[in-house]
Amino acid sequence: MEIVLVSLLNGLVYGMLLFMLASGLTLIFSMMGVLNFAHASIYMIGAYLAFTISQFTGFFPALIIAPILCGLIGAAIEVFGLRRVHSNGHIAELLFTFGLVFIIGRVVQMTWGMLPMAYRVPALLDFPLFTFYGQHFPAYRGFMLLVSAGMLLATWLLLKKTRVGLIIQASLTHPQMASALGHNVPMVFTLVFAGGCMLAGLAGVIGGNYQTTEPGMADGMGPIVFVVVVFGGLGSLMGCFIASILMGMIASFAVVINVSLLDLLKPLGVTLPGDNLFTEFMTVPVARIGALLPFILMILILLVRPRGLMGTRDT
Amino acid sequence: MKKQVTGQGTTQAWVWVLALIAAIAMPWVFYNYHTGRQSGFVISMLSQMGMMSILALSYNMLLGQSGLFSFCHAVFFGIGGYATIHFLNLAGGGALPLPLEVIPLLSGLSGLGLAIVFGYMATKQRATAFAMITLGIGELMTTAALMFHHFFGGEGGVNSNRVIGHSLFGFKYGPAIQVYYLILAWTVISALLMLYLTRTPLGRMANASRDNFERVQFVGYDPRMVRFLQFALSGFFAGIGGGLYAITYEIVTFDALAAPLSANALLMAYIGGSAAFGGPILGAVLITLLQSGVSLMSNSWLVYVGVLFITMVMFAPQGIMGLLAAHGPIVRAGRFGRLLVPYLRVIVPALVMVLGFVGVVELASFLTIGAAQGKSLVLFGSKIDEHAVMPWLAAFVCLAAGTFWFSIEARAFQRVWDGLMAELKPQRSIA
Repeated sequence: MEIVLVSLLNGLVYGMLLFMLASGLTLIFSMMGVLNFAHASIYMIGAYLAFTISQFTGFFPALIIAPILCGLIGAAIEVFGLRRVHSNGHIAELLFTFGLVFIIGRVVQMTWGMLPMAYRVPALLDFPLFTFYGQHFPAYRGFMLLVSAGMLLATWLLLKKTRVGLIIQASLTHPQMASALGHNVPMVFTLVFAGGCMLAGLAGVIGGNYQTTEPGMADGMGPIVFVVVVFGGLGSLMGCFIASILMGMIASFAVVINVSLLDLLKPLGVTLPGDNLFTEFMTVPVARIGALLPFILMILILLVRPRGLMGTRDT
Repeated sequence: MKKQVTGQGTTQAWVWVLALIAAIAMPWVFYNYHTGRQSGFVISMLSQMGMMSILALSYNMLLGQSGLFSFCHAVFFGIGGYATIHFLNLAGGGALPLPLEVIPLLSGLSGLGLAIVFGYMATKQRATAFAMITLGIGELMTTAALMFHHFFGGEGGVNSNRVIGHSLFGFKYGPAIQVYYLILAWTVISALLMLYLTRTPLGRMANASRDNFERVQFVGYDPRMVRFLQFALSGFFAGIGGGLYAITYEIVTFDALAAPLSANALLMAYIGGSAAFGGPILGAVLITLLQSGVSLMSNSWLVYVGVLFITMVMFAPQGIMGLLAAHGPIVRAGRFGRLLVPYLRVIVPALVMVLGFVGVVELASFLTIGAAQGKSLVLFGSKIDEHAVMPWLAAFVCLAAGTFWFSIEARAFQRVWDGLMAELKPQRSIA
């Protein structure tokens, strides 16, 4: 029982972190039709910047400054790069962000080195929030939940309740019309791209000390975030939210389930002799193939619903 | 990427025949008469070029010819490699009575089999969603390769011995030079087959569904079927490449199907030029040269490749082949001489700019990565202190001044180029 509760909470924390990344990606995608490959790289930059800034100012100013810097980087990428390749089509834009992954990954290594950074949870939040059944729940994870939920709410309010949000929504679905009405649509694009990168940067700031701040963190996070976006359905924020929480749960529950396919078949009296690829496949416990599950789920859902969970359009 | 470069058929064919002759002769150019052997480094580099050419060409069946951006291409290369190791083990044990020359065909079939399975899923979508699905497939297979030990051997990979004592022509395939010629033969066969495929109705329909898939539907074709066939066939050729990889190195680990190799396939095809058929070969040769040359000297060669790639995406989406092809009409009109001086004037500031850029990158990388590895930056025999101000200042001045100068000269070059193009236009419309 306590394992279920703890896993549930951990899954929620990880899922919200995923959603902060995936929501930015989805917003950028639904607006420009571009999947920003470098999104996870921005997440990494956010973590590294937060580490450096927190050395001078402490954690909480870094929580504000680092995402803003990431947003500026995003704006620069959009204005100086993406806008120029826009005329060459979506594949060119995709390739452009793909090239950025190499450059950002290497530049981060050149600036901060190859070793993991000592980016730690701030002392103020470094205590167990509560304890049940002898399991501590760190206060920092509660703080992460708080920040991501707050950010979510703010983004939602911005999109749904303000004039800026209205214009963004209009440019999303009817860019020509919004432009004809006198709104600066390219500027809106830049804003959305910067906003998405800001969210990724914020995710990096709070995720960098939850996971480890090291050069491989972008490669580790990237594929999962893309799976989330595809699973939820490209361009759907709601689907993206469900997918993020689901993937978070899978990641946290998979490590504690020690059952294999064969164990499920045992009541039926199935036993497998010998030692080959098939028996290996049948006897491997879920805990070991946890990393595979998101990808298997993605392929499964695409077989049933090619548009993803709540996708509204084909690309 | 939109237009197929038809080019001057016969001159192009001659260039490729010359390239083939060079590829055959290359090992003997680097023949060492003291030891009586070819240079091992050169042979392994040439072998690598052969495999990578197959990989890049097969990747271009998707990228250039069908407009599909796949992220799991190395999976089929890798699976061909893994399967080949198992085939070699079977053949070595006598269970599979096949000569070594034919085994790459089996590797190709393994790639084809897996590409049919994954292609069925991935080709339901196109464009961005297709790219995402292939990314997922790539990660799936990489994770699976590390998890299942029977087929993939886990982190250590699987290994075998290529000397199976069974050959069509009586070779033992012990020495690397014999394997190189086997690779070359298979590269030529695969390249010719892929060239032939571009001229079949399937290849034409692939181009059509790349340019306008709705129109293809109107005409009565199923663009998904076209995508699926292209995907499966490209998996077949990638599998052949993987088979040659396995035969060369006699060990296959998860690196052979992981994302970096898929990315490499993309870089090679794109930088070489995805619109022309031969572009990926050029890209494969160039990237392999860079990889074995620059990566030995510099920690940060991925930065250079990344910057080169982004520059190509921004300014030369047709790749190197496309740049060369753009000169075709000027050369044929005999006006190339007028470009020589502008070229010189562009190249000098470009070199200054590149020098400054390399300086900044290398200084930065030696400051962190190099320091961690205990290396220090040595230039012209003298050690350079990366903490001093002077080298940094020099590099930045080079970079800034070079960029400024280059932008001026580039504009002048653009004017000359546009002028030439305008002059040539009437002639071209007559022809």
